[in-house]
Amino acid sequence: MSMIAAATPAPVLVFGYGNPSRGDDALAPLLLQALQSDDRLAGASDQVEFLTDFQLQVEHALDLAERRVVLFADAHVSCPAPFTFTRLSEARDDSYTTHAMSPAAVLHVYRQVCGRAPPPCYLLSIRGQQFELGEPLGDEARDHLEAAVAFARDLLSDTTPARWQTLAASG
Amino acid sequence: MYEHLETAQNPENLRRVVIDPVTRVEGHGKVTLLMNEQNRVEQARLHIVEFRGFERFIQGRPYWELPVLVQRLCGICPVSHHLAAAKAVDQLVGVDQLTPTAEKLRRLMHLGQTLQSHALHFFHLATPDLLFGFESDAARRNIVAVLQAYPEVGLEGVRMRKYGQEVIRMISGKRVHGSAAIPGGMNKPLSVADRDYLLEDIDDVTNWAQKAVDLIKGVFLSSEEYHQHFAFIRTNFMSLSRADGALELYHGGLRARDQFGNTIFDHVDYRNYTDYLREEVRPWSYMKFPYIVSLGKQQGWYRVGPLARVNNCDFISTPLAEEARQAFLAYGAGSPVHGSLAFHWARMIEALHSAEEIKNLLLDPEILGTDLVTKGERRPEGVGVIEAPRGTLFHHYRINDDDLVVKANLIVSTTNNNQAMNESIRSVADRYFDGRELTEGLLNNIEVAIRAYDPCLSCATHALGKMPLQIELIDATGTPVDCLTKDSSGAIQRA
Repeated sequence: MSMIAAATPAPVLVFGYGNPSRGDDALAPLLLQALQSDDRLAGASDQVEFLTDFQLQVEHALDLAERRVVLFADAHVSCPAPFTFTRLSEARDDSYTTHAMSPAAVLHVYRQVCGRAPPPCYLLSIRGQQFELGEPLGDEARDHLEAAVAFARDLLSDTTPARWQTLAASG
Repeated sequence: MYEHLETAQNPENLRRVVIDPVTRVEGHGKVTLLMNEQNRVEQARLHIVEFRGFERFIQGRPYWELPVLVQRLCGICPVSHHLAAAKAVDQLVGVDQLTPTAEKLRRLMHLGQTLQSHALHFFHLATPDLLFGFESDAARRNIVAVLQAYPEVGLEGVRMRKYGQEVIRMISGKRVHGSAAIPGGMNKPLSVADRDYLLEDIDDVTNWAQKAVDLIKGVFLSSEEYHQHFAFIRTNFMSLSRADGALELYHGGLRARDQFGNTIFDHVDYRNYTDYLREEVRPWSYMKFPYIVSLGKQQGWYRVGPLARVNNCDFISTPLAEEARQAFLAYGAGSPVHGSLAFHWARMIEALHSAEEIKNLLLDPEILGTDLVTKGERRPEGVGVIEAPRGTLFHHYRINDDDLVVKANLIVSTTNNNQAMNESIRSVADRYFDGRELTEGLLNNIEVAIRAYDPCLSCATHALGKMPLQIELIDATGTPVDCLTKDSSGAIQRA
């Protein structure tokens, strides 16, 4: 497949998923929007690529290929506010709700598809509360988003794997 | 057929089983079974939380926003809503015929959507059941297990899915939220480089689709008796069809046939759909129950989607898919095929057709044209209908003098299949549940029947930490007597 052997992508991938029209589910797309409007990051498109989708699916495993490090971002209904930052591990996801895969399961699919370990992947979970169609972002979620954007900007200012690992380990 | 299982005579005296939510379908669904002391099912219902308030989401918005706005109704088939809305909006701007290039670009996008949607459903949601068995270890019934046990099948599924997404991306410029279709046409041409990029892989994709047809045909026929009778119901079928009777996914007339293949109506201008179809409201369900007016509520319900389309069409315009359809027809021995699991077979025939037709369009010089927009005289009302991957999808809008939507009516594929899905689970309940101990594998049979329809319940909200599966047994006094819980990691525990 030529699309699998496409030109070498940017070494850092930021992948945010969620529906912008479902209340706090918009947190990750809005995070990416804020990061992409950052002049410094916008000028580094050869270093950082931003991708969004409604939800994670198997083909997103192919987006991980040739990356040095990957940051997933998502709304989360039960993580501590305002956000958490964790290292992802591959998981053979036994929950078969595969219309929306977990990022850990996508990593596992990557190994199956590409025959090697996925790149280091991290998850930025932003606390959200309400997810109704047509609802705007909630006030609390807006505060959480602001904190997450600041954190992600700092994160992307130095993408050294050891630094991300330290930040993830420190919770 | 199984109508006697819709409402029990004395529900207060029955044991209740709840499957909530149904998994591997898009969104939230719940099945309730009421069982008597002999473990006989006396009532079976599928409850679906449909698009909550989506007409309200649309009303009051300017019509030109609709093709982009409606994509957010659904995380799985945004392109279907995008194109159905665009067709309705074409009418609002007085356009009945797009330029050849614009129509071909829309068709190409729609075929990409159909291909990726069918690939996702078949390879990732259905094959775990079909390859491992409906009552196999739940831990094995997922795509990761498929990839391990059948690496070639799993990989080809991932790549077909990816290819379909790439078709959409090349045309819309984005994976999601694209604005490819605009009132009266398309917003950008396809470049030679993008056309060539898509052509590079299409022969591989066609080959994989052909293998998928062979795979499902082989699986289906390997246990033909079982697969044919699983969730078996006899129904009417409805779909679009081309003027010459060919399989049609983007634009055509409405065709309905009865369980024997006799025509109920044909070549109906879909703008007049309200003359032929009505929707019934029932107090126990969020979702309406459409039916064919001339047959009435009891006899007029029908199925849509791949099985309906392949049963209904007179031929398929691409050779490999037509050859596959002939084999499907031969299996039906001249009559429509009614087994619910035959949806999977028909779905792969359509995937093959999509791959073949994508290549045809990519090789058509008009696909590279730059005449993209037609203008017309504004109208107050528009109806757009397409054959979405899951079945016939209606978008109907009325606007006021300020160009704002004052009325919106959407009939989605899953709503069209509402009665049929209920009948299918009643068939399964009636056939497999009587007198048997409840197990996760047995309950999965119910879910397999629902999944055959690939229902899309529009739940793009997917926040982590949700989606547990809970099965409750409650005795006639209302006391919980048993409870199985599956958490989001898939671990199953008995409370």
